[in-house]
Amino acid sequence: MSLPSDIEVILATDCGSTTTKAILIEKRSGAYRLLVRGEAPTTVEAPFEDVTRGVLNAVREVEEQSGRAILDGDRIVSPGAGGRGVDLYVSTSSAGGGLQMMVAGVVKSMTAESAERAALGAGAIVMETLASNDGRLPHERIERIRQLRPDMILLSGGVDGGTKSHVVEMAELISAADPRPRLGSGYDLPVIFAGNTEAGEDVRRILDDRTELSQVENLRPVLEAENLGPARERIHTLFMEHVMAQAPGYRALMAWTHVPIMPTPGAVGRMVRVVADRDGIDVAGVDIGGATTDVFSVFGGAFNRTVSANLGMSYSISNVLTEAGLEAIARWLPFDMTDADLKDRLGNKMIRPTSIPQTMEELIIEQAVAREALRLAFEQHRNFAVTLKGVQQLRTISDTFDQQTGGQTLVDLMNLDLIIGSGGVLSHAPNRSQAALMLVDAFQPVGITNLAVDSIFMMPHLGVLSTVHETAALEVFDRDCLVYLGPCVAPAGRGNAGSHSVTVKARADGVETVCEAVVGELAAIPTGEAEEVVLEVIPSRGFDVGAGRGTPVTRTVRNGPLGVIIDTRGRPLQLPADAAERVEVLKRSYRALEVYPESS
Amino acid sequence: MAHAYTSGLRVSPRTVVARTRRLPLSGQVVVQVDDRVRPDTVVAETYLPGPVHNVNVANALAIAPEDVPGCMLKQRNDSVEKGELIAESKGIFGLFKSAVRCPERGTVEMVSDVTGQVLIREPSTPVRINAYLDGRITELLPGEGVMVETVGAFIQGIFGIGGEVHAPINQIVQSPDEEVTEEMVDARCAGQIVCGGSMITLDALRKLIRVGASGVVVGGMQYHDIGDLLGYQIGVAVTGGEDIGLTVVVTEGFGRLPMAERTFDLIGSMEGREASMSGATQIRAGVIRPEIIIKTDGFEEPQARSDPAARGLVSGSLVRLIRKPWFGEIATVASLPEQPVRLPTGALARVLEVRRTNGEIVTVPRANVEIVES
Repeated sequence: MSLPSDIEVILATDCGSTTTKAILIEKRSGAYRLLVRGEAPTTVEAPFEDVTRGVLNAVREVEEQSGRAILDGDRIVSPGAGGRGVDLYVSTSSAGGGLQMMVAGVVKSMTAESAERAALGAGAIVMETLASNDGRLPHERIERIRQLRPDMILLSGGVDGGTKSHVVEMAELISAADPRPRLGSGYDLPVIFAGNTEAGEDVRRILDDRTELSQVENLRPVLEAENLGPARERIHTLFMEHVMAQAPGYRALMAWTHVPIMPTPGAVGRMVRVVADRDGIDVAGVDIGGATTDVFSVFGGAFNRTVSANLGMSYSISNVLTEAGLEAIARWLPFDMTDADLKDRLGNKMIRPTSIPQTMEELIIEQAVAREALRLAFEQHRNFAVTLKGVQQLRTISDTFDQQTGGQTLVDLMNLDLIIGSGGVLSHAPNRSQAALMLVDAFQPVGITNLAVDSIFMMPHLGVLSTVHETAALEVFDRDCLVYLGPCVAPAGRGNAGSHSVTVKARADGVETVCEAVVGELAAIPTGEAEEVVLEVIPSRGFDVGAGRGTPVTRTVRNGPLGVIIDTRGRPLQLPADAAERVEVLKRSYRALEVYPESS
Repeated sequence: MAHAYTSGLRVSPRTVVARTRRLPLSGQVVVQVDDRVRPDTVVAETYLPGPVHNVNVANALAIAPEDVPGCMLKQRNDSVEKGELIAESKGIFGLFKSAVRCPERGTVEMVSDVTGQVLIREPSTPVRINAYLDGRITELLPGEGVMVETVGAFIQGIFGIGGEVHAPINQIVQSPDEEVTEEMVDARCAGQIVCGGSMITLDALRKLIRVGASGVVVGGMQYHDIGDLLGYQIGVAVTGGEDIGLTVVVTEGFGRLPMAERTFDLIGSMEGREASMSGATQIRAGVIRPEIIIKTDGFEEPQARSDPAARGLVSGSLVRLIRKPWFGEIATVASLPEQPVRLPTGALARVLEVRRTNGEIVTVPRANVEIVES
């Protein structure tokens, strides 16, 4: 591999469950830019059973569009020279269901939760979390371990130097279950032990002959701190060496890439972290797919990821119905529809997941489901991204009335600077205002928040690229990946409908536009095509936009095609219970942002 | 690009159907290649390890975990009976001994000197798999299972509930758009696979269960009725393990949807013949569709068919429209425009022009059709 400074042309692929996406990045006039994108069906499953077929097909599409020869037969030419080949090739993968893990700890809300965070942060789907106090009997835990066929197990438990019997007992249960790996039958299941270091020897004695055991530093060495890095690193290594190596064609693909293949969500999470670190901001990202919804966040420097495994827009669409309820979805529809009809339509989308809305009515229904899926996924994230539990806190007399015991959510919407949406329903929404309003309705940001979508789902590629060439990854991220939709101003607080809520002055390209917003409205201020807008937001007494009630805030934000969105509908957002009134409110909102045509 | 390919559901009067019958764990195959098998013929068997019980011997004897091995009367891999003594404390001068009895029959799996636990594993339970098809064995998968093959009619549904059954076909409606109602179900449906038309009511489904029908195949049903039938809603389309005493196969989708005429006529032509049917559905990577397979006479291979799927979607292809506003209709491809077209939603998509049965030509996204395979 060339030195980063010598790298001119970069090829990156993401092998998804259904589609393999390739992008070509080139250094032009001293800056890295996205050149073209190609895609082809993923070929992990029968009849091909070789992931490299799909990769080569996607790369061929890139070749055709860019006019650059990248392949020599079935080989990626590297390094590049004379307008041929590439200097760097990187890839991510979530094909074959991604990385599926089981985690175990001693106390559910402490070490087990830390283990879950480590696995999720590494890009895994956590199939099951076992803990000594999870309320199940030992034989039930053994049955559960045996039923699941994870790609690997992460076992934690105990602080260093603490009691070891509970974590050893958990190892005994795993041994008794004799778990088998999901892929391949000729190798032992990888188990990572990241618990009380003093229990390491006992755990090795119990599990060494039945599993591929490895030990890393304790992920909760003391109650007051997590040390998730070593466990995450080992998960990535084992993902490459054991899991990926068993999947069809991956041995060849691993030999082609210049850096290890990363699990797709792990790469997206890395990109979110890189951007939050660089800009010193709090970021939330969401990727809503057909089967699952991933939420990533960085608040105050703490990174968290959650996977809502059964919230999605096609395979899991009926589960959104089950979890959110019919009324929650129907409340976003500006027209009447029978319950049976709505349920049948969602059921039909579930069984024909690749179909797309052809009528405006069908599009509005799907976007209503998306609001609920995003809302539920973010709610789960908010409950998971919390301060460490079980931590003793020093208190003074002034804390008497503020008894916090740990476990408070890290998600602080008032400080959230940027929401990034990705996934078909957001990235490919026929108009950008639909994507913006889905994000606003689902996340319900407060204060001043930039909204953006990942234009063509490039964050996985850029995340893995950032491991070797952060400059290139960030340059492409800034210029080609994110599409800023416009900032959202949403004052926190309550007031009487129709009373003054906030005054927003937006200055862009030397033009100032002023909007006096009253309580209960959604509006947009057009701001032209400037890249940035200077916002001066003056809330009424009783409303807060980040600096305290009634205190004005001035901030420079990224502009977008929608201009500045002003949302004074209140938090939590409540729509009228009366159907006719609700429809009227929805229609007014949709009209204000030109979300759907008038006739809808 | 002159053609596109969108996989569809197969409805074939005569084809070769092969199924892999695999054990959940390695075991023994009990048939040979070329054996003639019936759907209920056992082809392989194995033993599932029994459940594990843990006994906290250290607590029961009030001793330290490291003393547990010294108090064990039974050692690792020893067989034990329910109620049998497995550990005993040393007592004081041989008196005041405490004892631990075994909670279940089985073997001692583990004695831990760290946790003081003893694990007892119950005896294994046998698991057998049958042939599912009326056919013959074509291949052995040593220690794992077999391949079974048959020649017959093959109908794929879009969604199903319940496991594998085999029973005679009984078509109880006259046309594909007729609804199956409770009144149409009687004792004659017992032990049969009932074939309906456009829809089946929840009451009719419940009555089919009551009279002991084996299965039902129907064009559509209400999504809501699944929840009422199972007692819970299905969130993702992964089914096959439901145990309601009836296997259901839906051929078109949710709602009132007439069964495709070809499907209806084919099933009707098999009236009284025994069919193998499975409701197992998995709509994710590695798609599994519910199916009905009816063996026809002989094992000779049918003549090579003209496979529309293999040719891709071309002008003249028969397609099923799978999304509103023409959901459920069968149409003929009139042309395949190259350039993406803006849909009424505002989205740009690659489309087809199709001729509906009334002669009208309409534009639909390519993603919204399924090729009708035979």
